[in-house]
Amino acid sequence: MLDLSPHIDLALIWYALIGTAIFLYVLLDGFDLGVGILFPFAPSDQCRDRMMGSIAPFWDGNETWLVLGGGGLFAAFPLAYAILMPAFYAPLIVMLLGLILRGVSFEFRFKAAGSSRRLWDHLFHFGSLIATFAQGTVLGAFVQGIEVTGRSFSGGPLDWLSAFSLMTGLALVFGYALLGATWLIMKTDGVTQSWARKSAGYLFGYVAFFMGMVSLIMPLMNADIRQLWFSLPNFLFLQILPLLSIILFAVLWRDLRRGREYRPFFLSQGIFLMNYIGLGISLWPWLVPFEVSFRKAAAAPESQSLLLVGTVFLLPLVLAYTAYCYYVFRGKSSHETTY
Amino acid sequence: MLETLDPILLARVQFAFTVSFHILFPAFTIGLASWLAVVEWRWLKTGNTYYRDVYRMWVKIFAVTFGMGVVSGVVLSYQFGTNWSQFSDKVGNVLGPLLGYEVLTAFFLEASFLGVMLFGWGRVSPKMHFASTLIVAIGTLISAFWILSANSWMQTPQGFRIGEGGILYPTDWIAVIFNPSFPFRLTHMIIAAYLTTAFAVGGVGAFYLFKKRHVRHARIMFGMAMLMAVFVAPLQLVVGDLHGLNTLKHQPAKVAAMEGLWETQRGAPLKLFGLPDAEAEETRYAIEIPKLSSLILTHTLDGEVLGLKAWPKEERPPVAVVFWSFRVMVGIGVLMILTGVMAVVLFWRKRLFDTRWFQLWCMALTPAGFVAVLAGWFVTEVGRQPYIVYGVMRTIEAASPVSATQVGLSLTAFVVTYLLVFGAGVYYIARLVAKGPDEQSDDTYGGHGVQKPPLFASLGDETGGRHA
Repeated sequence: MLDLSPHIDLALIWYALIGTAIFLYVLLDGFDLGVGILFPFAPSDQCRDRMMGSIAPFWDGNETWLVLGGGGLFAAFPLAYAILMPAFYAPLIVMLLGLILRGVSFEFRFKAAGSSRRLWDHLFHFGSLIATFAQGTVLGAFVQGIEVTGRSFSGGPLDWLSAFSLMTGLALVFGYALLGATWLIMKTDGVTQSWARKSAGYLFGYVAFFMGMVSLIMPLMNADIRQLWFSLPNFLFLQILPLLSIILFAVLWRDLRRGREYRPFFLSQGIFLMNYIGLGISLWPWLVPFEVSFRKAAAAPESQSLLLVGTVFLLPLVLAYTAYCYYVFRGKSSHETTY
Repeated sequence: MLETLDPILLARVQFAFTVSFHILFPAFTIGLASWLAVVEWRWLKTGNTYYRDVYRMWVKIFAVTFGMGVVSGVVLSYQFGTNWSQFSDKVGNVLGPLLGYEVLTAFFLEASFLGVMLFGWGRVSPKMHFASTLIVAIGTLISAFWILSANSWMQTPQGFRIGEGGILYPTDWIAVIFNPSFPFRLTHMIIAAYLTTAFAVGGVGAFYLFKKRHVRHARIMFGMAMLMAVFVAPLQLVVGDLHGLNTLKHQPAKVAAMEGLWETQRGAPLKLFGLPDAEAEETRYAIEIPKLSSLILTHTLDGEVLGLKAWPKEERPPVAVVFWSFRVMVGIGVLMILTGVMAVVLFWRKRLFDTRWFQLWCMALTPAGFVAVLAGWFVTEVGRQPYIVYGVMRTIEAASPVSATQVGLSLTAFVVTYLLVFGAGVYYIARLVAKGPDEQSDDTYGGHGVQKPPLFASLGDETGGRHA
């Protein structure tokens, strides 16, 4: 049996890989969900066609990262998968239903006309919105911790529901909308672009506000996290994260005002990265906060080894052809995108 | 209100519903992707624009179907955890990597190149577009490989040991992946997908021929479908027989349920029809053909076939569902073979494309493959009960700690959403069929006349970078 555990720290590598997969999901599906959130606010149907066209070739690949996050968790950390999924039963089902409605809207909308097209417009928006809100709620509930007995979730069906998790739900809606708006600045022009730029400026404030709120509340809620961030010398090292965030926000603000087209999208992604790293530091080494560490949840070394061997070759390949697809559909999207 | 219901039963209904809904789409897209690759290859090879029109029509139907397959598939990858967490915890070490490989080797490939396939017609060269179609087709087959390996392992598990707390550990990956029922199930399912597509495409072709619309296109669709009926439908009979023998060896209780056979006997008769009664332990009003069951299963007239009474009641699968689903599947298989035979006869008489009753017959069989695929899965999955991993883990030991209310609500939500989505999907596909292939297509292909977009579109230029 193939077992790489004497040579490398398998559990740690997988922890990093799953973390990367989930982050890539947030970055990639984040912008296309964000476009869905902004959808009804666009000034015209023609704008909406262009918005849809700008993400239509990509959404499917983007969503695959969510399957990799779920499937990868099942493969590399089955115990965490088995505890977390029942714990977030309701929001996950809502997320899945939202993703179904918005996913089929891509196909149906292109083929519908008149009032039925209107229906798919609404479902595309509504599906994107509730899927995002549900993801944000799951994130908030995750951070607050999960009740575990033995190897199972032992809390109630509404444990995920709290003022904090509802707030993180809302925060993610604004966050994804910012990614969506900056994506549209990059991928469209004319009326759609100037509307997207205005929206991004508006969303900017909300995202900064919610980011500040979460950064404040998390240390207040949890003594360990408070200790981690505000004790010396950690405090000095960790200051780099909020500092970098402020710089990213400042540059983004200036870029939006000066009409830059490409950089705002990557700056928004940078802001997400800062959040993600901050979250990762706060929750280390938990995979089921604050009950099961990534080591305890790890699958058998034979299982992690087998999948790792393939991943080493396949993941770069996946990234390469994903990049190729973005390259094929580079440039501005026209409203005529159809097939 | 829902607390009076059994949460495990609800979870089973939910899984059966969502997975049955899902399998309809891959069953179609596996076949459709391969067929589209063939059609595009014919177009590039011959320059016959009818092939191009047929491709462009069916790729739209492919997109609708694939989209529904993707979103209903995401649900499944989470449902193992939300509803079957004990199963996930216990078998994650063994099945997890298989599903992980499915995502890495197939899902990304399909999803990425699907974009090029659907939207890249004027953006990439004809060869690259064909390559994308081919890659998507290969992706669907790789996906089938992994998921059927995982499913087959649940039917015929091997290559593992049971450790502390009932957790399974792999001991031999080759044994896990290439478990005994896998080669048969994979072949059987891929052929089923090809036949499903062939009869769906053939039915649409027959419809156009009947209406005398798009006749040149219809001959391509209908002719290729009939080739499948002639050559592949009989092949499925052989593969299905081998698969059945494999099941007899590893899961004889399932076969006994398929046959509705209660008493172990030599020279067992084949029950064509009957009403299996699990309480009375008999199959009432059976119409039998003497010794045929023994002949099929043991390939001798007097071979011994185990009856259901050989197992205690709590070890038997639900008989009626398995018995009837099996007859539906086999019945449709026979109709498909018959279609092939009729096609050959009509071809000899040079009447293949203009026989009205045969067109009606093929139109009636348009959904046949889908029904057969569902029935087949009912046979194999219900026939595995009461186990989730055959002989290793019972279904009742596999569920999540979620309440009946939660599962009841989610099941209701899935049913409502899926009915809406399915209804809309069928409606739009029907509209695409009604519209038919676009004969005035003036699309240019790849570099022919389509301006390549600049790497960075110039500012404010409305014409820069178009998606064709």
